[in-house]
Amino acid sequence: MTRWGMAIDTDRCTGCGACVVACHAENNIQTVGEVEAGKGRAMHWLRIERYYEGEFPDIKVRFQPVLCQHCGSAPCEPVCPVYATYRTPEGLNAMVYSRCIGTRYCANNCPYTVRFFNWFEGEWPEPLERQWNPDVSVRPAGVMEKCTFCVQRIQDAEDIAQDEDRGVRDGEIRTACSQSCPAQAITFGDLEDPESRVSELERTERATRLLEDLSTDSSVIYLRGGR
Amino acid sequence: MASVATAAAEAAESRESEQVLVRPVTTFRPKLLLGSLLAGGVMGLLFYSWGYQIVNDIGVAGISRPNFWGFYIVNFVFWIGISHAGTLISAILRVTQAEWRRPVTRCAEAITTFALMIGGLFPLIHLGRPWVFWYMVPLPTSRGIWPNFRSPLMWDIMAISTYLLGSMLYLFLPMIPDMAILRDKTMKDAPGSLRTLFFRVLAMGWRGTPQQWHSLEAGIKAMAVIIIPVAISVHTIVSWDFAMAIQPMWHSAIFGPYFVVGAIYSGIAVLMVAMYLLRRGMGIGEYLSDKVFNNLGLLFLAFAMMWSYFTFAEHLTVWYGSEHAEMAVFNLRLYGPAAWVFWTMIVTNVVIPLLILPFPKGRSPLGTAIVGLGVLVGMWIERYLIVVNTLSLPRLDFTVGSYSPSWTELGILVGSAGMFVFLYFTFVQLIPIVSIWEVREGEHIRDHKAQTIIAGEEA
Repeated sequence: MTRWGMAIDTDRCTGCGACVVACHAENNIQTVGEVEAGKGRAMHWLRIERYYEGEFPDIKVRFQPVLCQHCGSAPCEPVCPVYATYRTPEGLNAMVYSRCIGTRYCANNCPYTVRFFNWFEGEWPEPLERQWNPDVSVRPAGVMEKCTFCVQRIQDAEDIAQDEDRGVRDGEIRTACSQSCPAQAITFGDLEDPESRVSELERTERATRLLEDLSTDSSVIYLRGGR
Repeated sequence: MASVATAAAEAAESRESEQVLVRPVTTFRPKLLLGSLLAGGVMGLLFYSWGYQIVNDIGVAGISRPNFWGFYIVNFVFWIGISHAGTLISAILRVTQAEWRRPVTRCAEAITTFALMIGGLFPLIHLGRPWVFWYMVPLPTSRGIWPNFRSPLMWDIMAISTYLLGSMLYLFLPMIPDMAILRDKTMKDAPGSLRTLFFRVLAMGWRGTPQQWHSLEAGIKAMAVIIIPVAISVHTIVSWDFAMAIQPMWHSAIFGPYFVVGAIYSGIAVLMVAMYLLRRGMGIGEYLSDKVFNNLGLLFLAFAMMWSYFTFAEHLTVWYGSEHAEMAVFNLRLYGPAAWVFWTMIVTNVVIPLLILPFPKGRSPLGTAIVGLGVLVGMWIERYLIVVNTLSLPRLDFTVGSYSPSWTELGILVGSAGMFVFLYFTFVQLIPIVSIWEVREGEHIRDHKAQTIIAGEEA
């Protein structure tokens, strides 16, 4: 079996934000404009959290990219009355947009606050609509959305692998965020495969998970502890 | 064949005092109609704002991230809470055979039905895509997907629809003999009028035969017993919308009983205000007597104490445990920039009721109505604090947010109050708000007892 997962090296992250931009472009995420963003309605499936250590001028900034953790025991899933969010056999926490009726209960029950709601129909100012990704559906108003681990890329790689009668190779799938990271802080792969790069990282001493005490069994591993 | 009901109607006419109960529904009252129209106008605000929101998308409401829930859910819990006034109180009083219940039951049960109708609207208003709300209804459609019964929202739908059907039935059953009394009266005064037809349909061919009385009484008794657990399940499940989530100060085992007590508390508050207004406006002080207010005031006091106890227990547990995420919400509520909201609630729900209600003079109609108004405000605040405080402070500090309602949300809140007043005013003009036959039955029982005592003394 496969369980897709990700390792994020917070010691490598420089907080440049390239992953956020790449994610927007890859997944047709609407840009809401400054007024709406001011109300807290900005939609970044991936955000970079900044934390400050110490007092000025002896201050240190820590960056922590946060995206959907694709929990093995996801708090968002059981509360949806219409099965709009569910766990796929490959360990993804998937969203079915057409089933979603917009109760927003899933977003309330997500301890990581990584679910985003389409308050209005999306608008793409010129010339952004020319770079829509044809592999990703555009979401209507009134539905929830969030990081998919670039499921369209996973699907693509699996199709090719199937045609060539082999399994998906480690490193063959790169999510948009991991591909665009100049510091190579993000690694994507199969957590069930003991040979994969991501599961090697999972076994290192630096591996932690976010809000681990809630036992959400998340699929995103944070590497920290270096200088 | 002269039916028993017709005889009863004649008897009713001979009683001067009952005229006051019959008159509002048989004669034209311009003031009441004007009240209905005004309240109907305010109700229009609800449908206008909702329509505006449907056309322009849910984003016109003030909710955002992380405050995904706001006024709509607050109002939902508030109105469903109010609905616990009537049916539950009337059922408990019926089951315990409290004689003083007789003039109260119907005006209480009507509150339940109307508050439920309004409360039931809010989950729909709240949806991002209300036009596909039926995805939550277990229909064997071509979609081939059953609703997710692990979701507390599905439990909500089941519980609330059961409660709505049950409380409508429970309101209607004891209405039948009264409808027959009015049918017979209007048949004589104005046969063929619309009013007569209305009462004829609602009387459902009631003749007052012993067989019919027997069935009716069995039905009312059964419904009174059935409706109590249903009502308790409803607000327990509403509380589980919060308690089942793992968010700080929501994930609490006390929420079920806490919400049920709060619901009945706010329900009695509405009942006190409504009874005071009915007494003032319709001159039925003889029925809604000081004794009735005193007795309900005692019940009110009991719930004030229970609610205060639950609130204390809930907050003490959180404070003593002092878990990081919980304490953030706790501190925001008690000492944050909007802490005055919390302390207002403590004044209206704890201080004022406990200062006024323990004293017999405080349990006067005016005293209980004033306390009732305060408690209504306080109970709305309680739900507001539960929804908004927790959502403003997610576990990851980076996503902290705030919430302020938009005009659509305010319009819908005001409109929902208008809708309640509209439904109630209209009801009062169509149906006698005090159950005629039940009051009469009570008088018979009293007379009979008195005669027995006198007979006993003579012997």
